[in-house]
Amino acid sequence: MTHSTITIEINDRAYSADVEPRRLLSDFIREDAGLTGTHVGCEHGVCGACTVQLDGAPVRSCLMLAIQADGRSVRTVEGLADDAGLHPLQQAFLDAHGLQCGYCTPGFLMSLEPYIRDADAISEQGIREAISGNICRCTGYQSIVDAVQLAAEKMRLQEDG
Amino acid sequence: MKPAPFDYVRAMHTDQALELLASAGDESKLLAGGQSLIPMLNFRLARPALLIDIGRIGELAYITRQDGTLRIGATTRQAQLERSKLVGEGWPLLARAIGWVAHPQIRSVGTVGGSVAHADPAAELPVACSVLEARMTVAGRSGKREISADDFFVTHLTSAIEADEMLLEIAIPAAPDGAGQSFVEYSRRHGDFALGGAAVVMPLDAEGRCAGVRITLMTAAPVPWRARTAEKLLEGSAPELAMLSAAAEAAASEINPTGDIHGDSSYRKALARTLCLQALTEAAATATPPNATGMDQ
Repeated sequence: MTHSTITIEINDRAYSADVEPRRLLSDFIREDAGLTGTHVGCEHGVCGACTVQLDGAPVRSCLMLAIQADGRSVRTVEGLADDAGLHPLQQAFLDAHGLQCGYCTPGFLMSLEPYIRDADAISEQGIREAISGNICRCTGYQSIVDAVQLAAEKMRLQEDG
Repeated sequence: MKPAPFDYVRAMHTDQALELLASAGDESKLLAGGQSLIPMLNFRLARPALLIDIGRIGELAYITRQDGTLRIGATTRQAQLERSKLVGEGWPLLARAIGWVAHPQIRSVGTVGGSVAHADPAAELPVACSVLEARMTVAGRSGKREISADDFFVTHLTSAIEADEMLLEIAIPAAPDGAGQSFVEYSRRHGDFALGGAAVVMPLDAEGRCAGVRITLMTAAPVPWRARTAEKLLEGSAPELAMLSAAAEAAASEINPTGDIHGDSSYRKALARTLCLQALTEAAATATPPNATGMDQ
């Protein structure tokens, strides 16, 4: 099988690698780029653990070939925190006990960040729709919903200054 | 859980994709969003020698309205359809159906054409195409042809698209003025594959009687199932509960759904009857006779 050299921008940094066409985006992120914050669960698009953002929209990185993302921009959980500290969503997960084992957490965060960024109004139903494609076996989801509402409240207060 | 090896080529234009298809033959597979194909590759249920990536063909990503018909390019993302004001205002049944398609993370990548061409009778878009009598335009070496939804869905995961052809466009006529419309579905968790579902378009005549009702059941047969016996039963009748119940009964009596771990055949049959009645009742509640809509007939 022919290899191709592909370049994917991940968290504002370009990563190039020589890959087979069958290389999944999830494996490119973890093994070629060495960013192991993206977790792989079911590898057939059911669990949502591997969710990343492609050009700002949440996608399953196990349901995309790396070569499909060639030349495009990906954001992973490593891209959420900045020098000032954790992203408000991450901090709220910590404060509201939105995780226990943490395996699913990167996927939840990457699904929720576009929702909390783009939604006109944050609602419990909207949160539950945004995470309908993510499975968590620890929390029972309620503390995750609480965390998102807490983050939204803090971000609103920040904006109001 | 990793795909078997394959070669990959990306087409940037429709003509290029068709040339590649023509030279590659049966061993190739088109890749659009890949949200159905890549799980099959990961499970090695599909082992194509060559993937032709059509996901970046920009000329096939559009939603337009022409002479009352909605035209959707095959590589249009499902999320674009979901956000389209045109669809929300003029094709409410389609707008309802798209909200049931998997999860946001799938709809951001999955294409409308990919879902239709995948021809899964448990999927929402094929059911919407069936009940709205969509016409699919496909192209191949011998030129373009248009296929009605009835002829397009051949059997489970099989459409009328030939090996050297690709789907270009889905054309969906608007429902008749004042027609009631409904799309209902049941799954254990939102976004899972449906255990059952029903879609109804219910036009009325000036006297408020059913005139050309269309009913399609989901997950009921190897194709989206047009319940024609039930449709005929309703023709010329006022859509009252007794009539609608009889129609739902007739629709369910004709199907023999395949049972699995999530629900056996008799359960799915009973569910189909319930959902069909629910869709019919909802469509009847929203249907208005043509002269009541203020539109000239």
